Amino acid sequence: MTTDPTQGQAGDAAAGGAGARVPDMVLAEDVWKNYGSLDVLKGISLRVGRGEVLCLIGPSGSGKSTFLRCINHLEKVNAGRLWVDGELIGYRERGGALHEMPPKDAARQRRNIGMVFQQFNLFPHMTVLDNITCAPVLTAGAKKPQAQQRARELLDRVGLADKASAYPEQLSGGQQQRVAIARALALSPKLMLFDEPTSALDPELVGEVLDVMRDLADAGMTMVVVTHEMGFAREVADTVAFMDGGVVVEMGAPGDVIGNPQHGRTRAFLSKVL
Amino acid sequence: MSAVNVDAVSPAPVAGAGGPHRIDAIPLRHPGRWTAAIVLIIVVVLFLYGAATNPAYSWDYYAKYIFDQRISKAATVTLELTVLSMILAILVGVLMAVMRLSPNAVLRGVSWTYLWIFRGTPVYVQLVLWGLFATIYKSIRVGIPFGPTFFTITSADAISVFWLAVIGLGLNEAAYMAEIVRAGIISVNHGQIEAATALGLTWWQTMRHITLPQAMRIIIPPTGNEVISMLKTTSLVTAVPFTMDLYTRSRDISAETFTPIPLLLVASTWYLAFTSVLMVGQYFLEKHFAKGLRRAGAHG
Repeated sequence: MTTDPTQGQAGDAAAGGAGARVPDMVLAEDVWKNYGSLDVLKGISLRVGRGEVLCLIGPSGSGKSTFLRCINHLEKVNAGRLWVDGELIGYRERGGALHEMPPKDAARQRRNIGMVFQQFNLFPHMTVLDNITCAPVLTAGAKKPQAQQRARELLDRVGLADKASAYPEQLSGGQQQRVAIARALALSPKLMLFDEPTSALDPELVGEVLDVMRDLADAGMTMVVVTHEMGFAREVADTVAFMDGGVVVEMGAPGDVIGNPQHGRTRAFLSKVL
Repeated sequence: MSAVNVDAVSPAPVAGAGGPHRIDAIPLRHPGRWTAAIVLIIVVVLFLYGAATNPAYSWDYYAKYIFDQRISKAATVTLELTVLSMILAILVGVLMAVMRLSPNAVLRGVSWTYLWIFRGTPVYVQLVLWGLFATIYKSIRVGIPFGPTFFTITSADAISVFWLAVIGLGLNEAAYMAEIVRAGIISVNHGQIEAATALGLTWWQTMRHITLPQAMRIIIPPTGNEVISMLKTTSLVTAVPFTMDLYTRSRDISAETFTPIPLLLVASTWYLAFTSVLMVGQYFLEKHFAKGLRRAGAHG
């Protein structure tokens, strides 16, 4: 009822800007978000190309997690536009007006965007295998045997092939987070969002999760990562954005932003975390 | 009372060769516990002896009526009342709980008002009112409001007193079930709902596969209580007046035989038997919904 063949085209043109052929994977234009009178995001504009890794760093309360959650419409943007792969997120532009997207269409958009949470948020009443097959079977119409086959491949990829029938409760934090990554990958997303994926982990478990993320980046996955792991950001990211007070203060190659920050606020932050 | 001096009896040994010396102290005595236990046992034995020998209990009548056909038929009716009114209560209760959590102010308001009225008035009074349903609404007219009538039925013909009892009990209980279900739903960590949303599950899929299964852990124990409570509340349906349930039937029989005491004991025995079965059922339900959670045991 809402399928308009020209719509993707129009979206592409808007998203990519003049002359762009392939849209950026993520394009944010002047994104604002407020809770009541509190502005959490004050005009974020950035782009993430296909296969690129963007790391968002900054102090807590700087809005980096909020921005990440806007990308898959867990938070509603109040002003500005956000596109993922050329498709406007959360709204539909028709006849010069923005229409709120019905939940069903928002859900469809989210299937292209995997998300990994700080607290893992695995479903405790399901086995590891069911956690991973749940979304493909329920939302993508996958057949159970095929979904399980794919889930086992993903578990193998994150190094947990032997944990298929375990319950999340029986796994360590690092193992749970790797299952959560496998669960997000099960829908074959174009883009992966990571919201402080290692912040809730014991220090000795951080490495195993970062290893999986590094492999994912090497395999060409487009990723937006909110993190405090400067070593990871420096090594894996194509772009690092330092956020503070709801704005991007400084953005560029990791060697520049982390290695040679230009802005005083960036320097002050890095001196505390490095 | 215990005059044992531990120091004098077993002087603390000096640690010798070959590991620690086990402490070999004389255990503390608990004379208070023993006295209480003995007193209670004596009281219980005296009561049982009295019950067995007191002719007022008429155990011969008890034995005669415990498996009387009228009684077992009434027990079946009581069970039907319980099951049907609980099904109605759970359905309406879930609906009210979801309405209460809705962003729509009208739905929230209706749910709140329902709770206010049905929880705020005695179930006995509600049952009497349901009994007067056919007096209040003499006929049920099916048609378009202020428009044509398709057909009319007389209330008294359409709804038997049994179903009035089920409706009365069920709608009252629904108010309590709504609160239990609501507590269960809001107990589920919000991160669970976010994760499901991020995976592209719709609201209903999230409710059905993620929220409700986890809420069940919170919902089942108090619901078990409510079922047991309902089993006993059915004895109030005489207010409708519906007279085929276990309690009313026992009273009716004793009114003929002039033996109220053994018949009350007969009814109590049946209620107790049903309650015991329900408790076993609750245990297994709880075990099922504890899957994957701490203290589950089954998958440890």
